[in-house]
Amino acid sequence: MNQAIEVCALPAERQPRALRLLNVLTLLALPVGLYVALVHAGTDTSQGQVQRLFYLHMPAFFGAALAFGGALLASIGYLYKRETCYDSFAVAGVEVGLTLALVNLVSGSIWARPIWNTWWTWDPRLTSAAVMCLTYAAWLVLRNGIENAQQRRRMASVYAILAFVTVILTLIIIRIRPDTIHPAVIGPSAANAQGSFELAATPGVSTALLVNFPIWSLLLPLTLLWHRYRLQLRVEVLEQRKALVLNAPLRPRRGDS
Amino acid sequence: MLRDFLRAALTIAGKDLRAELRSRELLGLMALFALLAILVFSVALELDRPGRQDAVSGVLWVTLLFASILGHNRSVALEREHGGFDALLLAPVARGAIFLGKLLANALFTLIIALLLLPLLTILYNLPDFPPALLLIVPPGCLGLAAIGTLLAAMTMQTRARDSLLPVLLLPVALPLLFAVLRASNAALGNLPQAELQTWISLLLLIDAIYLAAGFLLFEYVLES
Amino acid sequence: MHEHAEVLVDVKGLVKLQGRLPVLRGLDLQLQRGAFVALLGPNGSGKSTLLRLLAGLSRPDAGSIYIGGWKLPDELVAVRPHIGYLGHETLLHAHLSALENLRFCARLYSLHEPEPRIHNLLQRVGLDRRAQEPVRHFSRGMQQRLAIARALLIDPPLLLLDEPFDGLDSDGRDSLQGLLQSGRERSVLMATHRHALAEGLADRALILRQGVVAEDLSLADVPPGTLAARQAALTGPV
Repeated sequence: MNQAIEVCALPAERQPRALRLLNVLTLLALPVGLYVALVHAGTDTSQGQVQRLFYLHMPAFFGAALAFGGALLASIGYLYKRETCYDSFAVAGVEVGLTLALVNLVSGSIWARPIWNTWWTWDPRLTSAAVMCLTYAAWLVLRNGIENAQQRRRMASVYAILAFVTVILTLIIIRIRPDTIHPAVIGPSAANAQGSFELAATPGVSTALLVNFPIWSLLLPLTLLWHRYRLQLRVEVLEQRKALVLNAPLRPRRGDS
Repeated sequence: MLRDFLRAALTIAGKDLRAELRSRELLGLMALFALLAILVFSVALELDRPGRQDAVSGVLWVTLLFASILGHNRSVALEREHGGFDALLLAPVARGAIFLGKLLANALFTLIIALLLLPLLTILYNLPDFPPALLLIVPPGCLGLAAIGTLLAAMTMQTRARDSLLPVLLLPVALPLLFAVLRASNAALGNLPQAELQTWISLLLLIDAIYLAAGFLLFEYVLES
Repeated sequence: MHEHAEVLVDVKGLVKLQGRLPVLRGLDLQLQRGAFVALLGPNGSGKSTLLRLLAGLSRPDAGSIYIGGWKLPDELVAVRPHIGYLGHETLLHAHLSALENLRFCARLYSLHEPEPRIHNLLQRVGLDRRAQEPVRHFSRGMQQRLAIARALLIDPPLLLLDEPFDGLDSDGRDSLQGLLQSGRERSVLMATHRHALAEGLADRALILRQGVVAEDLSLADVPPGTLAARQAALTGPV
């Protein structure tokens, strides 16, 4: 009985050793990554300084995909196990994913201004990335709209599973739509892609990508996910205790029959 | 086993159709909305006469999309008036059969509206002739809309904002479908090379299959309490 | 249902949360085959929640439910045809007639030759002359009568009733009492606030308080007319 009422275990006050290690690694790696991207790598011959955004742009998308993937697995886990902690992880996944997806969109937009001569174009790749963001924004709205905590977790899980379709779409659309102007960095770009560049053309480009890719697509998302997950567990426990206290039977006062 | 499943689904769809035959509430609402939407689009595109012809497939599908949202909301509201899906949940029928039954009825309603819109659009937007290939695109398009709409409407029915939340949840998830039907329709209308028609119809069918699979798998989680 | 199983419903440690709050807090319950049990208790004590759980309309957060030897919710598919449920909602479709509503139900349950039974039930709840009318023309009481017919249509060995007398006039009350008394091999669990009716129909009464069974009374031991007082003593004024 108490197990069912205690929604999840309160995370320990002290962060686990692995998390502390991740904190340090991420904090050290971010400035190193920026240094390599902004200073060490050579300036692209055709695109100039703005090309440096790419070191953040592409890895951030994969970081978002990783976080959304985490939310997907957690949502499936919730429907299967019905344990609150899965739902908490899904919250972390969607919020971190959405943040990184916005980093990806904004950096891409700034890059596109000089290269494509526009902030935004309704290119299939851009459209599907925007749709992905909107879908997860809708997920947040859905969560807000359901009062009953269990119902909220269940519905959110269902929608997070559906929403992942947009992530897959964004990942593959560059390969299936020949008319995109978005360059593909890994593998051949579409024939009319504009703004492609060769990794080998400028010295230091490959190194900068190799350094920044794991930072933005792995290290930063994982650290953020873990912290957000721990926070959400605390929120759940707090909400649970609040609900129980507010609804505890009142002790009869004198004079009441 | 499969026969029981289909029988239950058809029973549920039949019940919805019979109730609709009596009240004509849903179809009336959807048809009127669709006509008004066409009118609004035509006013909005007033200054751009050639653009109006190019936009016809967009007008058709956006109208159908919103009409189907309207229909799903109303259909779920009717179901809720007397205990929601409880009557169906109590019965010894598979959850998938409930989904299929509701989906078939909803798809049929959307299809009826679509078949009403097609000749109207041909006349009102001055299409040179009616492209028969559209008849290959409209049914799977309506099926896809109904699949995702039936699942999500059952979901938003249980939220605080109810009706107003359905478009927010449905539009982003329905965009891939919209994209495929628009491309296919444009190919059918001659705005795109005819050769692309088959590609887009295959993509449309693939998206339908994904939506249907998601609906079958997830519907029971939406309905339980 | 499995033969020779004396205990039809066996519930242990049942917990159900409503959002974050427990409605049922480790409830235990056994229902013998053929028993008629009244479920009493103040609002919010968990009567409706318990009935919905037994009907398989919602899933427990902890504890076990066995009905006729089948485990819920895992074996719901096998249990469903054997449970009749009448809740707060009538579960009727407003645009369909009384007859069509029952026929729809019969088809969902794949009943064999349901017509004679449908007509018999319509007659017993006093709706035979208005069978062709759409349900939305019915008054609340008539809808309740039809809902009763709907629950009884499948002739379930286990009948779960949630305030079945609500909205019924004295005629309706009499015919429902008659219907309930006629099928004595049936097990009934009936949530109600009407103590007099419970005393007349049931042979056992369970009083729920804060999501557990606070008292289990054999009505043979309770003098007529004192059931309400027994509940009041336990849970406060009724």
